[in-house]
Amino acid sequence: MESSKSAVVAEGLRKRYGKATVLDGLDLVVPEGSVCGLLGPNGAGKTTTVGILSTLLRADGGRAEVAGFDVARQAAQVRYRIGLVGQHAAVDEVLSGRQNLVMFGRLYHLSPAAARRRADELLERFRLTDTGSKPVKAYSGGMRRRLDLAAGMVLAPPVLFLDEPTTGLDPRSRNEVWDAVRALVDGGTTVLLTTQYLEEADQLADRISVIDTGRVIAEGTPDELKRRIGGDRVDVVVRRAGDLRAAGGVLAPVAAGEVVTDEDTRQISVPVRDRAAALADVVRVLDTAGIAAEDIALRRPTLDEVFLHLTGSAPGASAEHPEPHTSDEKKTEGAAA
Amino acid sequence: MSVAIPDLPRGPFGRLRWALADGWTVTLRGLTHWSREPGTVIGGLLFPVMMVLMFGYFFGGAMEVPGGGNYREFLIPGMFVMTMVFGMGETVTAVSADKNRGVTSRFRSMPMAPSAVLVGRCVTDMLNSVLALAVLFAVGLAVGWEAHGSVADTVFAVGLLLLLRFALTWMGIYFGLLMKGPEGITLVQTLEFPVGFLTSAFVAPSTMPGWLGTIAEWNPLSSTVAASRELFGNPGWGGDSWIAQHATLMAVVWPAVIFAVFFPLSVRRFRTLTG
Repeated sequence: MESSKSAVVAEGLRKRYGKATVLDGLDLVVPEGSVCGLLGPNGAGKTTTVGILSTLLRADGGRAEVAGFDVARQAAQVRYRIGLVGQHAAVDEVLSGRQNLVMFGRLYHLSPAAARRRADELLERFRLTDTGSKPVKAYSGGMRRRLDLAAGMVLAPPVLFLDEPTTGLDPRSRNEVWDAVRALVDGGTTVLLTTQYLEEADQLADRISVIDTGRVIAEGTPDELKRRIGGDRVDVVVRRAGDLRAAGGVLAPVAAGEVVTDEDTRQISVPVRDRAAALADVVRVLDTAGIAAEDIALRRPTLDEVFLHLTGSAPGASAEHPEPHTSDEKKTEGAAA
Repeated sequence: MSVAIPDLPRGPFGRLRWALADGWTVTLRGLTHWSREPGTVIGGLLFPVMMVLMFGYFFGGAMEVPGGGNYREFLIPGMFVMTMVFGMGETVTAVSADKNRGVTSRFRSMPMAPSAVLVGRCVTDMLNSVLALAVLFAVGLAVGWEAHGSVADTVFAVGLLLLLRFALTWMGIYFGLLMKGPEGITLVQTLEFPVGFLTSAFVAPSTMPGWLGTIAEWNPLSSTVAASRELFGNPGWGGDSWIAQHATLMAVVWPAVIFAVFFPLSVRRFRTLTG
């Protein structure tokens, strides 16, 4: 056990509600200073896990330590060392941002002066100083969420739980929240992040635990998870639909697995092993065969594909990502003519 | 940017000190709402005043007080009790908003005294009720109502009214913790009227159909209404049933029962909230 270097350790967590088993022996280790993404569909047990780790819920079985303290027996110690940012902006809507932070500071038992000082620091850090005296009602979604993050950081806790922190935010607000989270992580905070958004986990997490029906079914870095289902792919879009069949033929020998052809988009997806060499091979065989390509892209599999592979079903939120191939992509547009 | 973690409180005395400090912080939050949004508070204070004017002057002429007497003298103690009931709607609204916005979960994940969340709410609402009673007292005096009893009787009557409000606060906290959305609040606020009207607050239960009159007599609110009329020396409706004859006793017993039921329910619900 490396519990001295782990910010979060959970062993065999179980939780039932009536007859429904929500957690079925969940294990989790989050090293200090890292970001762990807890990824899973609705009802997989993400929020319940965070609830137990943040002392809101009691597990029926198993044990968990956060920042070195047992969540069941040393709840008060744990509560001084965690911040919880949930699915809603859990702040007072009538109070100003500053008044909210001072109130939370007082409830963490800072002196009035220390609470005010800390509130000002946090407002500045989360770029809310200008709006610090407006009621939270008047804030935009992204500002509320930043204030929410600030409220979770009053004691600069070593461990921060983010439970679907960007659910319901527009892309711009989402980026604001991501930037704020990255800044916290740079400062050494350990983050446990639950999300339905694969892109979010890909963007923020050092390691990802995929959970389904209350258990961790896969664990690793985003790259490891992607590699697990067959490594990289080269996507070729041919200029003329009539070339699809011929292209499939010449690309098959280059492929490390089954070539997938999509007639609607005129795209052929070729699994490859050696990234750079494979790209050169693809360009060469197309050129030799005289097939014009409109687009050639070398990419890692997306987490959507990983998820589909692991659970047999897409995560709940994937519908909101009609363009899943946004990250980790190297386009070589018009490389072959 | 590290912040020193305060030491945990030691012993029951240390914990009590924290519980009081945290309860006060949460109460201050409620009071800050008053200063930031005075309109909401003023609206809440004006509503019973409007009811007094409506019932006192629109309907008052048609009302007959059993045994004679000024209807407004009869009405005002009833309106004191109704004000305590309307206050419960505000408790439900505030508690459920906190719960549904995740504020309650945030409080529960913090090292503050858990009792402070509910106690702070209760103290805020009690202060609000004191204010509402004071306003209605003044309005009552202006429309010809008077407390004819001794100072001690008057203080006792106010005490009974606040005792009822205290019990209803815990009922409101429990309902607020149960609510999943704003629909439930509308239901509670709508139900306040039939429940409040099915009492001796506005008319004598003897004027209602027999069975309905009996329900009205046994409505816990009626006991406080009757007891405060007695203590203020205002005309009552008489009534020779046991419950009508023991109004002052029951004005203590009913709130005690309500509190005994809803306080533990609220605490349990608070501890096991899932989100």
